[in-house]
Amino acid sequence: MSILIDKNTKVLVQGLTGKTGTFHTEQALAYHGTRMVGGINPKKGGETWEGSKGETLPIFASVAEGREKTGADASVVYVPPAGAAAAIIEAIEAEIPLIVCITEGIPVMDMVKVKARLEKSKSRLIGPNCPGIVTPDECKIGIMPGNIFRKGSVGVVSRSGTLTYEAVFQTTNAGLGQTTAVGIGGDPVKGTEFIDVLEMFLADDATKSIIMIGEIGGSAEEDAAQFLIDEAKRGRSKPMAGFIAGRTAPPGRTMGHAGAVISGGKGGAEDKIAAMEAAGIRVSPSPARLGTTLVEAIKG
Amino acid sequence: MNIHEYQAKALLKGFGAPVAEGVAIFNAGEAEAAAKKLPGPLYVVKSQIHAGGRGKGKFKELPADAKGGVRLARSIDEVVAFTKEMLGNTLVTKQTGPAGKQVNRLYIEDGADIARELYLSILVDRTVGRVAFVVSTEGGMDIEQVAHDTPEKIVTVAIDPEAGVTAADVAALNAALELTGEAASDGEKLFPTLYKAFVEKDMSLLEVNPLIVMTDGRLRVLDAKVSFDNNSLFRHADILELRDTTEEDEKEIEASKYDLAYVALDGDIGCMVNGAGLAMATMDIIKLYGAEPANFLDVGGGASKEKVTAAFKIITADPAVKGILVNIFGGIMRCDVIAEGVVAAVKEVGLKVPLVVRLEGTNVELGKKIIDESGLNVISADDLDDAAKKIVAAVKGN
Repeated sequence: MSILIDKNTKVLVQGLTGKTGTFHTEQALAYHGTRMVGGINPKKGGETWEGSKGETLPIFASVAEGREKTGADASVVYVPPAGAAAAIIEAIEAEIPLIVCITEGIPVMDMVKVKARLEKSKSRLIGPNCPGIVTPDECKIGIMPGNIFRKGSVGVVSRSGTLTYEAVFQTTNAGLGQTTAVGIGGDPVKGTEFIDVLEMFLADDATKSIIMIGEIGGSAEEDAAQFLIDEAKRGRSKPMAGFIAGRTAPPGRTMGHAGAVISGGKGGAEDKIAAMEAAGIRVSPSPARLGTTLVEAIKG
Repeated sequence: MNIHEYQAKALLKGFGAPVAEGVAIFNAGEAEAAAKKLPGPLYVVKSQIHAGGRGKGKFKELPADAKGGVRLARSIDEVVAFTKEMLGNTLVTKQTGPAGKQVNRLYIEDGADIARELYLSILVDRTVGRVAFVVSTEGGMDIEQVAHDTPEKIVTVAIDPEAGVTAADVAALNAALELTGEAASDGEKLFPTLYKAFVEKDMSLLEVNPLIVMTDGRLRVLDAKVSFDNNSLFRHADILELRDTTEEDEKEIEASKYDLAYVALDGDIGCMVNGAGLAMATMDIIKLYGAEPANFLDVGGGASKEKVTAAFKIITADPAVKGILVNIFGGIMRCDVIAEGVVAAVKEVGLKVPLVVRLEGTNVELGKKIIDESGLNVISADDLDDAAKKIVAAVKGN
């Protein structure tokens, strides 16, 4: 089993015809035949997209048309920042169940509007500013490098893109492999939080252990820790390893991600680490020891 | 992006918020004429720097008992005298660090008769994904201290983006700030006005500390600190014009030209990393092995060879840098692009310090091949742990 996506997931691409969309769609098609079913471009509806190795996909004028003609379950958004929120809203209106937004640099106020629409909808949004989702050997949505994955038993959830790759790479090297890896993104306002993904991993029988990677800023890690404590009282828990990026970051400075800032004395790494440890997560002091820390957590 | 107080007030005034009359000056000769434009007899002379704590701050060049960075003047002569003492000198506040900041602009403002000092800020509350007002009756002081000591005195009101500031929101804010009579009807106008300014201008923070009730019972925005969401600046040419680059680190300005996320730090190991999380984690692991990072640098997703070259030049231009660690786990970012950029930069600017490169992910083999075939003196690393150990050892001369 896996969460969110599997070999049957049919994916539309918003922003397929751009350079980034094209490159990563080729990569997805090459990854165990992820079922990419079409692209969206209002000016090129009816045309055909062609990849560098002769791959082809139909282009639809709207997400609604694409969903109707392909039965797509998911959409991935590569649209540049200025138009990304509108693209997400179009997917929400077309009732796409799973929307994954890769775009980095969307204005926060645009995401506030998206979030309000999302709350009244049937769609789930992952991201923005995230690397996407991979279920090994079945489906790859987004920009994660496919070669580092291996089918296995670890659920990976992370606020940071490249640290997701570290966790995946290290659990692959440790021989554990992954059920699904989810990058939830580094923006302050986003579609899916740690708690949502942890709930899915706890409910998924194939997921035997979990890695959770947070970073400074906000209180999502503390909220997740409280959720895990509450679930453990109900008898639901799995071995977990964790990491918080930004232990050495100075307060008041935004560290790349709009969400990564220690402000008003809140959002510091030490508080997050303490909360996660209180929830039974083994927090690695080094980003290079995520895999080995998880192996220790599984041994108990 | 941050702006000065006087710029923030002009912006808010444009939306209809009640602010005092004031004039910004850039040299001492303008002080008298500026003060004469104001009603008097009370004036406030305020240092314009991008840091808080100005009132309690001290000028480096003046004796320790001299007045701070915000001064009350009771005559035009006093305004002129204060201007001469303050302008061009270095103000040290708890937010500037020991180096302080040179005061190049002053704001001369009409004085106010204060009855009560309140706190009001607007920000994006990420836990609910909405814009929220944060208010307190404890204005004029350090709000972080208030939050710590008396959290019950801070009230948060989140705004539904589709409804805007409702009558119920106004009532909640007025009640939290204990506003009545004329002050409450001023609040009715002020709260939606500030919300409109925040949303239309894509602010990330609007802080009014203090918001005052004057002795005549009216509200006034006495101080204003405004920051903007950098992601939205592309649609605000008017805001970009307010940028004061003298307030920013030169290396950070250069980095922003290439759309690189760069933060200068105090250590000696320069870092070039893709992804904000990995960039922070790279800093953390350098520290774990006993050294200090010289910077945070995220080259981002779709970086070009030119962008990587620029990043490399910014790192090598820092004289504090004794070694460089390039740590790339390619997703969007292809390792071959990074490798080409590094090779081009080294060929152009030379390499005087040890360089450790760790590549993993998309097109990793091609990237490694480009580095290997370049003939450059690069120490390659297999993983993050190996990379951190190697650069720390190289810098410490082991």
